[in-house]
Amino acid sequence: MRNTTFILLLILVAGAVFGIARLINNAYVFFAGYVVLQYVVLATAWNILGGYTGYVNFGIAAFFAMGAYTTVVLHKIAPMPLPLMMLIGGGVSGVIGLGTGYLTLRLRGTYFAIATLAMAVVVQTLITNWSFVGGSRGAYIVRPAEAPFFAGDYIQYLFLVMLGLSVISVAIARAIEHSRLGYGFAAIRDDEGAAEASGVPTLRLKLIATALSGGFMGMAGAPLPYYVTYLDPASGFSLSYAVNTIAMPLIGGTESWFGPIIGAVLLGTLQQVATVTISSALSLLIVGLLLVAFVIAAPKGILGWFKR
Amino acid sequence: MSFDLLGNALVSGLLIGGFYAAVTIGVSISFGMLDIVNIAHPAFIILGSYIAYIANSTWGVDPILACVVMLPAFHLLGMAIYYVYDVAFERRGDTSIRGLAFFFGLLFITEVVLVLVFGVDYRLVEAPYIGPTLHIGEIDLPLRLLVPCVVSLLLIGLLQLYMSRTFIGRAVQAVAQDPTALRLMAANPSRIKRIAFGLSIATASVAGAFLIIIQPVEPSIGRDYIGRVFAICVMGGLGSFAGSVVAAMILGIVESLTATFYGPSWAPAVAFGFLLITLAARPAGIFGRQ
Repeated sequence: MRNTTFILLLILVAGAVFGIARLINNAYVFFAGYVVLQYVVLATAWNILGGYTGYVNFGIAAFFAMGAYTTVVLHKIAPMPLPLMMLIGGGVSGVIGLGTGYLTLRLRGTYFAIATLAMAVVVQTLITNWSFVGGSRGAYIVRPAEAPFFAGDYIQYLFLVMLGLSVISVAIARAIEHSRLGYGFAAIRDDEGAAEASGVPTLRLKLIATALSGGFMGMAGAPLPYYVTYLDPASGFSLSYAVNTIAMPLIGGTESWFGPIIGAVLLGTLQQVATVTISSALSLLIVGLLLVAFVIAAPKGILGWFKR
Repeated sequence: MSFDLLGNALVSGLLIGGFYAAVTIGVSISFGMLDIVNIAHPAFIILGSYIAYIANSTWGVDPILACVVMLPAFHLLGMAIYYVYDVAFERRGDTSIRGLAFFFGLLFITEVVLVLVFGVDYRLVEAPYIGPTLHIGEIDLPLRLLVPCVVSLLLIGLLQLYMSRTFIGRAVQAVAQDPTALRLMAANPSRIKRIAFGLSIATASVAGAFLIIIQPVEPSIGRDYIGRVFAICVMGGLGSFAGSVVAAMILGIVESLTATFYGPSWAPAVAFGFLLITLAARPAGIFGRQ
C-alpha cells in the first residue's frame, strides 16, 4: 500500500473511532480511550528504536514526563494552544534522547539500556528539586475554560488531539519501515558490525531513531497535565509507563507497525477494565506477568502467531 | 565549610561505599563475568530486606543472620532464573531485547508483589547495633553503617578467595574469559554459569539485610540502586571485585559530600553523572584492563 493511501485509511479509521466514541456519548469512554491512545503513541514510539534498531530504552518515563513538565512550564509562563505545546515538549524530549544517545550509543546496546534506566532516576531528581514546577509537592494545572471544539468539553478535545498524534506516529512508523531509513535500522538490528562495514552510518541512524522515539514520547506526555490536572513527580515518572510501553510492542510483535497497536489496544483496554473491576496494583501485575510470559514463550508476539 | 563536617561526610561516604560494594558484587558477577544484564538485581536485594524484616519482626532474629541462613534459598532461586534465561534467551541468541525485557519484567513483578503483600509503608528492623555511634575525636562512626561495611568487605574477601582458589571459582573465571574455548574443552558453560548466577543472586540476600539496617525500606526503593550498581560495576572495570570496591567507595564519598553540602535530594543524580562520564570517557572502567 502506498503511504498516501495508508494515511487516508488511517484517518478514516481514526474518524470511525471518534464517531463511535461520540455515539456512545459517555464521558468515561473518552477518559479511558485517551489512556489507550496515549499508549498507542508510546508503544509506537518505543518500537521505532526498540523494534526497528534493537536498542532497548527503559527511560520512557523520563521522556514522557519531560513532555508533561514542558507543558507545566509553558502553561505558567506563556499559555499557548495545546498542539504547539506538544511540539515543544516533543522537541525537548527529542533533544534529551539525542544527548543520551550521543554519549552511550557508540558502546554496546546494553550500556544504552542501563543509561536510560538511570536517566529516569536523574530527571526525576531534577524535577523533584525544581520548585518552579512544584517540586515534590506537584503542580496544579487549571484547564482552559473553553476547549476549541465540542462546546468546551475538554476531555473530548484531549481525546481528539491524542487520536491525531496516534495517526501521525503510526503513519511515520510505517513510512520508516519501507524507507532507506528503515532498511538501515533493520541492518543495525540484525548485525551492527556488518552494517557498519557495508557503509551504513550506524551512529547517525541510531541517533535519528533515538531522537524520533524520544520526541514522540514527549509529545504523548505533553497533554498529560491537562488530563490529570495535578501532576507530581511520583506519578509522572511512574514505572508503570515504562513497563506498559515495553510490554505492548513485545506482546503485539516488534517487527511491524501493527504490533505495538495490537499490544496497546489489548493491554490498554485490559488494564482499564482490570483497574475498575479489580485493583490498579493487580492490573499492573498482570502486565508484568504477561510481559515475562510473552518474551519467554512467544518471542514474535501476537503478530508471530499469524505469520507462519 | 567546617572541617569536621567534611571529615564526617568522608567517613560516612566510605562506610556507605562498603555497603554499595555488597550491593554491586552480585552484578559484578552476573553482568561483569557472565555477561547477563540482570537489571532486576536490586529487586532481589529488596526481597532480601523483606525477609530480614519478617524474621526480625516475628522472631527477633538478627537481620544479617537471617539473610545468611537464606543464602541457599537465594542460590536456588538464582539457578532457577538462570535456567529459564538460558533456555529462553541465551540459546536462541536473543538476549539483547527480550532478555533485558525479561529481567525488567522480573523487577517489576517483584516490586508489585511486595506492594500487594506489604503495602508501600516503610519497614525497618531492630538490632543492638542500629542505635549507637562510636566517636573518634570529631569523627562519628555510626555502628549501623560500620557493621554492614565490615561484614560486606569480609564477604567480598571470601568471595574473591572462592573465585581464585576453588575449582568452581576458577571455572567461573574461565567462563568469563572465553566461553567458546571452554566448550571446546568439553565443559558445559551453561552449568557453570548457572552456579555463578546463583552465587550472584545469593549475595543479594545479604545486601538486602545491610540495606534494611542502613535505612527503612519500601518496595520501589530498589530502583534508586539500578543506576548506582551499574555505575559502580562499569567504573570498577567489569568483573573486578577490587575495582568494584574502590569504585563503590568513590561513589559513596561523592554522594555523601553532595548530600552534606547540596542536600540529600540531589544524591541520586550523582550516580548517573558517574555512569555517563565513565561510559563516555572510559568504558572499560578506571581499573579496566583493556
